[in-house]
Amino acid sequence: MSERFSIDRREFIKVVGGGVVVLVGMGPSALLAQDRRRVYPEDLNAYLRIGEDGRVTVFTGKIEMGQGVMTSQAQMVAEELRVALGAVEMVMGDTDRCPWDMGTFGSLTTRMFGPFLRAAAAEARAVMLRLASEKLGVPRGKLVVADGVVSVAGEPARRVTYGELAQGRRILRTVDDTAVLRKVSEFTVMGGSPQRFDAVAKVTGAAQFAGDVVRPGMLFACVLRPPAHGAKLTRLDVNAAAKLPGVTVVNEGGLVAALHADPEAAAKALARIDASWETPAPPFDTETVFDHLVKAAKPGEAAGVKGDVAAARAAATRLFESTFHKGYVAHAPIEPHTAVAESKDGKVTVWASTQTPFPTRERIARELGLANENVRVITPFVGGGFGGKSAGLQASEAARLAKITGKPVQVRWSRAEEFFYDTFDPAAVVKLVTALDAAGRITLWDYHVVAAGDRGAELFYDVPNASIRVSGGWRGEGTELHLFGVGPWRAPGANMNVFAKESQVDIMAAAAGIDPIELRLRNMTDGRMRRVLEAAAAAYGWKPRAVPARTGRGRGVACGVDAGSYVALIADVAVDRGTGTVEVERVVAAQEMGVVVNPEGAKMQMEGCITQGLGYALTEELRFRGGEILDRNFDTYALPRFSWLPRIETVLVRNDGLDPQGGGEPAIVPMGGAIANAVFDATGVRFYRLPLTAARVRAALAKPA
Amino acid sequence: MTKTIRFRLNGTPTTIETDGDRTLLWVLRTDLSLTGTKFGCGEGICGSCTVVVGGEAVRSCAVPVSSVDGKEVLTIEGLAQGGVLHPLQQAFVEHGGMQCGYCTPGMIMNAYALLRADPKPSREAIVKGMEENLCRCGAHQRIVAAIEGVARGKGGAS
Ligand code: FES
Ligand code: FES
Repeated sequence: MSERFSIDRREFIKVVGGGVVVLVGMGPSALLAQDRRRVYPEDLNAYLRIGEDGRVTVFTGKIEMGQGVMTSQAQMVAEELRVALGAVEMVMGDTDRCPWDMGTFGSLTTRMFGPFLRAAAAEARAVMLRLASEKLGVPRGKLVVADGVVSVAGEPARRVTYGELAQGRRILRTVDDTAVLRKVSEFTVMGGSPQRFDAVAKVTGAAQFAGDVVRPGMLFACVLRPPAHGAKLTRLDVNAAAKLPGVTVVNEGGLVAALHADPEAAAKALARIDASWETPAPPFDTETVFDHLVKAAKPGEAAGVKGDVAAARAAATRLFESTFHKGYVAHAPIEPHTAVAESKDGKVTVWASTQTPFPTRERIARELGLANENVRVITPFVGGGFGGKSAGLQASEAARLAKITGKPVQVRWSRAEEFFYDTFDPAAVVKLVTALDAAGRITLWDYHVVAAGDRGAELFYDVPNASIRVSGGWRGEGTELHLFGVGPWRAPGANMNVFAKESQVDIMAAAAGIDPIELRLRNMTDGRMRRVLEAAAAAYGWKPRAVPARTGRGRGVACGVDAGSYVALIADVAVDRGTGTVEVERVVAAQEMGVVVNPEGAKMQMEGCITQGLGYALTEELRFRGGEILDRNFDTYALPRFSWLPRIETVLVRNDGLDPQGGGEPAIVPMGGAIANAVFDATGVRFYRLPLTAARVRAALAKPA
Repeated sequence: MTKTIRFRLNGTPTTIETDGDRTLLWVLRTDLSLTGTKFGCGEGICGSCTVVVGGEAVRSCAVPVSSVDGKEVLTIEGLAQGGVLHPLQQAFVEHGGMQCGYCTPGMIMNAYALLRADPKPSREAIVKGMEENLCRCGAHQRIVAAIEGVARGKGGAS
């Protein structure tokens, strides 16, 4: 047993109760020791407990927002521990019951956290075997284990269950480096696609989301919002609202809200609050933001410099210079940000729709002047996140209002608030200069991305002279470029970077008269990428063609790497020249993601990525004027719908030699590039800006060639 | 204005005294504790608040509660009978017709009304009938498959 941290073991045992407990720690502890916990050791991320009833409970700070990790994590535990999947129960995102976690994002749950969880379960199995060997008086090597029962090989009657072994014990173990994980060839639970843990609850209406939490005497709050980001309150009169029956008005520390037991009455009371605002003149808008970004962004460091870019440029015979644009994109989960808060005996409990229960707890504690342990954040099912539920503003609003009023309070953003306070995928610009030699080899790659960050900017083509410069990202440095919040959006920045890169490669292929897949393969030695591209081409039935079809129907390919997974995607489109409408008819995607924990779950995520990706490629672009957000509901901000649905074919390329990689994001990153390339093939017209709205396509096609 | 509203809710005679102008959505979710019906947009655009009134899909955020007086209201909670899932619910489970699950009650209730009107819809009819229900997770392909499964297998919702 390793002793990687010091811990007050008695205190911890008190918290978790009896049975056999295995702690999951994943380094580096420096990264994770940002929080002082009462009882959990600093580098502890999760633990699992085998109870006296033989049931296994996994406590993890990760949350379930539709990506299926509630099920896939349970599969990992069941596989390594050798119990039935039904014996595993998941406790997720509860800051009082689960150890600290930084949040559920970046496709990290499976690829970073998964190995530790599996090791913990394998460790627990080893403990069970040791205990069974003592109890049955048989050496370990003669024991077999299945379904939570240890028996003597060949003598099934000599058996003992995990529950019996856990009886009366208080064993605490940490994950040992020596834990032996089961081989892919041995898998019985991993690699399968069992019914999702949350499926039945979600089809019966029983699944609880934050807004479904009801507390006695709860008030619904509507918060006063400015008409634009940056607007200043110049006059406020809450008297008329405060006089309405049953209404409580709060006006404290910049937080102005109307509360009522009926949410509609609260909204009506808010409308009676009289406020005047001074709004600064809009410095830029949806169309002019790009100039602003290019001017305002810091120059940025060149990373990934290789060879001699200047010399390659001077020597180039065929030079390609392009500038690509993409607007702001909203997360738009159907469940808006919601939280219910209750303040009782100096402790605040908040049920929040959040991807970051622990950072949200810290935010609330800070704003309320409470110690972290006096705030508990519980995360019910989250109705979609995609990176957008990382900030926790609604949770701290609910907590503040609960403390001020002394009553439980629900804050549930309206759709307009959801669009106003979203942390958007930023508008971004990519400038790209490349060169191709007579043999169809890329000799130069000079890449400059503004405001999208470096995710997805890395090169998987073999280019001898390359430079990648990044000015401003979607978090930290770079956010001051924007008039409103920006933040992680499903594969942050990568949609833009991959759109630019894969469009550029297509531009070169078309100019050189080389089939776009052939050009890619000619410039690519990365085996994982070659395999997915070849798999996608085979599944699609790709026949090489060097010139665009220009028939109104076209096909386009794009490749991407994200979250450790490789993906190649081919899209078929039909373009209506009259209306400019692009219909995506078919998408074939091949993805290699290491060992696949749950194939159906992985395919569902790929389909989700492809369907959601239609939006940023074709319609989704937030319209704004200065700090004023012009899109306030789904009537003007168009999400993908049933009629947009292409025929989707997903292929999982096996690679059992690699640990499981991320699956929630990769397949969305090539969507913009593949569709733009397909529209080029269909029309001969190149589009440099996402989304390819019908109006833009119509206008471009109307121009004389 | 406070009114007496009588209707059948998931088969049970129900009487409420309330302001008849309140929306059906919030009366269901607060007074009647049926939180399976979801708020998504509040303006009749997304369909996540869909319930079935008198056999037809209705956006509960966009109708006053007084409009259900004397009618039959079915919500997601009333679909399973005696602990047995309705064929549509079963099909959504089997086909994986949900990810985050937030749009799911509205999808199922809309599909229920769709199959009631046309027990054997074509794929095109399903797509058309579901068009105004939004799903951000991109579960569309499997939602269509689930509804097709019911339409082919069981002849639709009863
Ligand atoms: S909440 Fe009723 S249609 Fe969106
Ligand atoms: S499953 Fe998440 S919105 Fe449809």
